[in-house]
Amino acid sequence: MNTPSNTVSQEFETNGSAPAVMAATQPIYWSLRREFWENRYLYIAPLSVAAVFLFGYLIAAIHSPGQLRALLALGHAHNHDEVSGPFDISAALMMGTAILMSVFYCADALHGERRDRSILFWKSLPVSDVTTVLVKASIPLLILPVLVSAITVVMQFLMLLLGSVVMLATGGSVATLWANVPILQMSLLMLYHVLTAHALWPAPVYCWLLLVSGWARRATLLWAALPIVAIGGLEKIAFNTSHFATLVGERFIGASAVVASTDAFPTDPMTRITPAAFLASPGLWVGLAIAAVFLAAAVKLRRYQGPI
Amino acid sequence: MTVIEARSVRKAFGTTIALDSFNLHLEEGRILGIIGPNGAGKSTALNAILGLTSYEGELKVLGRDPWMERDRLMRDVCFIADVAVLPRWMRVSHALDYVAGVHPRFDRTKAEAFLAKTSISKRAKVRELSKGMVTQLHLALVMAIDARLLVLDEPTLGLDILYRKQFYDSLLNDYFDRSRTIVVTTHQVEDIQHVLTDLMFVDRGHIVLDCSMDDLESSYVELIVHPENIAAARALQPIHERQALGRNTLLFDLKRHPIDRQQLSTLGEARTPAISDLFVAVMGSRSGQTQGATL
Repeated sequence: MNTPSNTVSQEFETNGSAPAVMAATQPIYWSLRREFWENRYLYIAPLSVAAVFLFGYLIAAIHSPGQLRALLALGHAHNHDEVSGPFDISAALMMGTAILMSVFYCADALHGERRDRSILFWKSLPVSDVTTVLVKASIPLLILPVLVSAITVVMQFLMLLLGSVVMLATGGSVATLWANVPILQMSLLMLYHVLTAHALWPAPVYCWLLLVSGWARRATLLWAALPIVAIGGLEKIAFNTSHFATLVGERFIGASAVVASTDAFPTDPMTRITPAAFLASPGLWVGLAIAAVFLAAAVKLRRYQGPI
Repeated sequence: MTVIEARSVRKAFGTTIALDSFNLHLEEGRILGIIGPNGAGKSTALNAILGLTSYEGELKVLGRDPWMERDRLMRDVCFIADVAVLPRWMRVSHALDYVAGVHPRFDRTKAEAFLAKTSISKRAKVRELSKGMVTQLHLALVMAIDARLLVLDEPTLGLDILYRKQFYDSLLNDYFDRSRTIVVTTHQVEDIQHVLTDLMFVDRGHIVLDCSMDDLESSYVELIVHPENIAAARALQPIHERQALGRNTLLFDLKRHPIDRQQLSTLGEARTPAISDLFVAVMGSRSGQTQGATL
C-alpha cells in the first residue's frame, strides 16, 4: 500500500510547481473578460450612443452646411461656444450613458450570478471572492470611465473630420474649425472629469449598489434606494432638515465644484481643473473609506451567498 | 494520504439541523457515494467540504480549511454542483478560455479532445445546449483539470439513461485513477453500484451507514427465500422483508446477527443486495423506529 501512495505524492510535488507559473494577474484579467462576455452592453451601449450621435451630426452638417461656416466666420471669441456645442453635448451624452450603465451594472453585478446559479461554477474555480468583487467594482470606477472617454474621443474626432469635409466643400477654413475644437485637450479633460466626478467621487454610491446586489434576493435597486428614502424621510419628519438627502445627492452629482474651479462645461478648454484641491478634499477620502467598507462587506457576503 | 477528514461537523440553518456529528475519513483513490433522501444533508456536507458553507466542528480537505481557503483549495478540488450551473450566456469557447486562464492545472487539449467526441459546437452558447450536452461540457472542463478531489452533487439529475451511463463511463475510464478521489451524491443509485468503493447513507443530518463496498458484500446478504422456508428464514431476524413477484426477499445484516452463509443458502437464493434495496431496508427500519417513538 505504501509504494503507490509514495509515487502519487511525488507526482503531486512535481505538479505542485504549476500554480507558481501562472501569474497572479491572470485571474484578474480573465475575470474582467468574463464581465464583458456577460454584460455586452458595457461596450455596445456607448458605441450605439456614439453612432446615433454621429448620425445626427451628419444630418445637421448636410442639412445646414452654411451654418457652421457662418459661425466660424463671425470670429473666434464670441462664437466658440456655438461651434463646440455639439461636442459638449456629445460628451455629456456619453457621460450620462456611462452613469446609467454603471448604476445598472452595479445593481446586477453580484445578483445575476446568484440568480442563474452560475455562482456555483465561479466558486468551483480558484478565483477568490476578493478578486471577483474588486474586478466588479473596477468596472464603474475605472474601466467604464476610460472606455467611454476613449469612445468619445474617437467619436469627436470623426465629428471633426465630418466638419472639415463640410468646411472644404463650402469654402470655409478647416484650420479655424480645428482651432475652436482642441480635441486632445478636450479628451484629457473628459477623462479627468469622468474619473474624478463620476467614478471616485460617487464611489460609495456604486459600492453600495454592489453590496446590495450581493445581498438582495430581488429588486436590488429598490432595496438600495429604500434605506436612503427612509433615513431622509425620518430626518425630515423628526428634525425638518434634509442633510442626509443633500449628502447623497451631492455624492451622486455634486462633484463638479470640487474637481474644477469654473462653471464652464467640464470638457471646455476654459475649464480650470483643480486636481490638487480634489485630492485634498476630505469629502473624497471619507467617500472612499465608506466605499472600502461597502466592498469589504460585499466580499464577506459573497463568501456566504449561494444561488438564490 | 487523507483527502477528507471531518470530525463532528455540524450545520444548522436557524432551528433546522442540516448536518450533525458528521464524521468522515476518506483516503486517496476512493470513490465515495453519499446516498440519502431529499433534505438529508448530503448537499450541506458537500458544500462544507467545498467551502461553500460555514460549519461548526473540524474539517480538513487536503489539509486545508475549506471555509477559509476556498480559492486555494479549488486548485486541487473540482466540483460539479448541479447540471445547471454553467452560465447560460457563456460560449463553449469562452468557457474553455476562462478555465484555461484561471486554472493552473487545466489541460485545454484534453478538454477539447473530449468535446470533439460530442456534438457540442465551440461557437454555441450554453443556453443553446441540451441539458445532457451542458453536463458533457462541464464534465469535459472538469476532467481536464488535474485535480486530486472531484466532488459531484447530483451530476446526472434530469439526464436520460444514455447520458448517465456515458457520464460514469467517462469518469471511470478517462479520469479516475488511484491518485484521484471522487465523492458523489445521487438519487440514481443503480447507476453507481459498480462505481463506488465506499458507501455512506445519510438521513436527517446523520450518518446511518458508512462502509466500504467490500464490507457491504461481507456484511449484508439478500435472500430470495423458497416459500417453504419462509418461517425458518424469518426466525433468523432479517432487517427487512419485501415481496416481489410473489417471492419474499429478506435482507440480513450479518454484523448485527451473525449467521452462517451456508445456512442461508439452504433457505433460498443468497446474493449481495443492491444499494437501492439496502437503502430502502436501512431507511425503512429508521422511519419505523421514529414512528414508533412518536406514537
